[in-house]
Amino acid sequence: MIWTNLVIQGILVGGFYALFACGLSLMFGVMRVINLAHGDMAVVAGYVAVMLTPHFHIPLLWSFLVVVPLFALVGYVLQRTLIQKSIDRDPFTTLLVTFGLSVVIENALLQLYTANAQTIAIGSILYKSWHPASIIYISYQSLVVLVVAVAVLASLQLFLSKTGTGRQIRAVADDQEAAQLSGTNYRHIFGVAAAISFATVALAGIAYGMTTQFAPTSGGINLLFAFEAVVIGGIGSLWGTLVGGIALGIAQQIGSHINPQYTLLGGNLLFLIVLAIRPQGLFGKKSSL
Amino acid sequence: MSISPREISTDLVSIRRTTHSPVISLVLGAVMIGVLTGAPWILPASFVSVLMNFFILVTMATMWNLMAGYAGMVSIGQQAFVGLGGYATLYFALKGMSPYVAIPFSALTCALIAIPVTYLLFRLRGGYFSIATWVVADTAGIIIGTIALFGGGTGRAVPGFSNFSPTQITNFAYLSCWLVAFVVIAGTYFLLRSRLGLVLSSVRDNEISARSSGVKVTSARRTVFIIAAAGCGAAGAVLAIAQPYVQVSNEFNIQWAAEMLFVSMIGGLGTIEGPIIGSIIFFALQQSLQSHGAWYLIIFGSLAVTVAIWQPRGLWGAFRDRFHIELLPVGYWTRAKK
Repeated sequence: MIWTNLVIQGILVGGFYALFACGLSLMFGVMRVINLAHGDMAVVAGYVAVMLTPHFHIPLLWSFLVVVPLFALVGYVLQRTLIQKSIDRDPFTTLLVTFGLSVVIENALLQLYTANAQTIAIGSILYKSWHPASIIYISYQSLVVLVVAVAVLASLQLFLSKTGTGRQIRAVADDQEAAQLSGTNYRHIFGVAAAISFATVALAGIAYGMTTQFAPTSGGINLLFAFEAVVIGGIGSLWGTLVGGIALGIAQQIGSHINPQYTLLGGNLLFLIVLAIRPQGLFGKKSSL
Repeated sequence: MSISPREISTDLVSIRRTTHSPVISLVLGAVMIGVLTGAPWILPASFVSVLMNFFILVTMATMWNLMAGYAGMVSIGQQAFVGLGGYATLYFALKGMSPYVAIPFSALTCALIAIPVTYLLFRLRGGYFSIATWVVADTAGIIIGTIALFGGGTGRAVPGFSNFSPTQITNFAYLSCWLVAFVVIAGTYFLLRSRLGLVLSSVRDNEISARSSGVKVTSARRTVFIIAAAGCGAAGAVLAIAQPYVQVSNEFNIQWAAEMLFVSMIGGLGTIEGPIIGSIIFFALQQSLQSHGAWYLIIFGSLAVTVAIWQPRGLWGAFRDRFHIELLPVGYWTRAKK
């Protein structure tokens, strides 16, 4: 029973990791950029939800309606300016620039909103949980996040395979020059991919803020989880990211079952083991490394 | 790499290794070394304590720059070795060794730990390598934090100073920081002038053509990673002596990685002078914005981003290209003889 519970809790938290990670995976897949500010973007989304949405007189639960489109726009603009400029230099510069952004964002949040933890309080409905067996509690909130994550991944997959823009994104990801020759404006496509990535991370940030407390420095650890989910699942595979997120969640639950101090250690060890045995991840292709 | 620099026929070309008479560098260097060694006795105490932090940062940044600027490895997990170096010093001190004597042993411990780590990390490239270094640092911090001997998460004071007076402790801490920084910079300088330096410069300039000329890029990178681990370990050791207290949240702080990266970028990647100049700017900003909280990091980070995009050779790189001056020359200038 204990193990069933560990697996269930791992799956629930894994859905959240996948939601966090899919934007990271998309940006790497399309423009080969690892956005080291990815986690901080989620935190910014949380702060925007807490600090700005009250001004629009909408309940916090619905704050994503404002924050997600806003972040898509921010993503597009940031990609077309700063990130594109660093891509034009070399991949090395994108790392330096996004890491620089990450530190600037963290410290700007500290300066603006202090180090106090914030939370997105949404009322009591979602804080209840379903209690199917003696020690198994399934919180409605985690369940909602898991459902949202699966829905986001499914619609992303559909969007990439069925729509014209999705095809262009895949074309640019496969061979940028060939796509360019066929008339694709790759800079615009990069912008669209970044917009999607930022929209998903904003959603993840709000989900995070509803689940737990966050502070200006919470971004780093979330980037770490997202990254671990991507590598465990396999670089460049969306469903792999979901499986990776779930595997990471279960590993952390097992770690925390042994000793609450080992929660993160469990995830890190799984990551290092996967790296040692199967560096392309569970569902990745060797060539994408 | 079958041709060593010494085997180049000098009947046809003349080779220079400095931009100006080495006597000038030697005299200036000797004066600097004299002043910095005597600093605790001739400079105000507040300045000496800033200088101490400056040397710790210069040591770390020089190592980071060796990895990123020469071997193309962006690590955001060097705090792993800063932390392990600090805790190694604590361990040796607890076992009765003088903390000062423990510095080289701590560096060596880090180098030994780095060897197996490279076999894991080198499976990933680019950005994935970067975040994986961070996972390693995170893991190392968690494991150290669970060891009761080291005081768990709250940390522990480094013992072994009871025979010294407070003034001596401060002065020795300063001298350790300065000596480690000096050894690391001098070591990097001679390393880059050596055959490995030639290999690294060729990898920095064009990895593909370096590989096709037979350069063993991976083993060169491995060597650099291990050296950088030792250097950061030494920095962690002197950090532990300077405090003299070690704590996971301080020693394994990702802030170290951020500072190393910013300082090297702003000063100039791939130059020895770059991290030093970057560190000077960093402490100048930090000291002048001291009363304004985190603003110095916001400004410094934005400056780093700006430099990375518009002036990727950094401030020293720009200055050097403009005036053709090398303070610590490691390259070769060849000219055909008439």
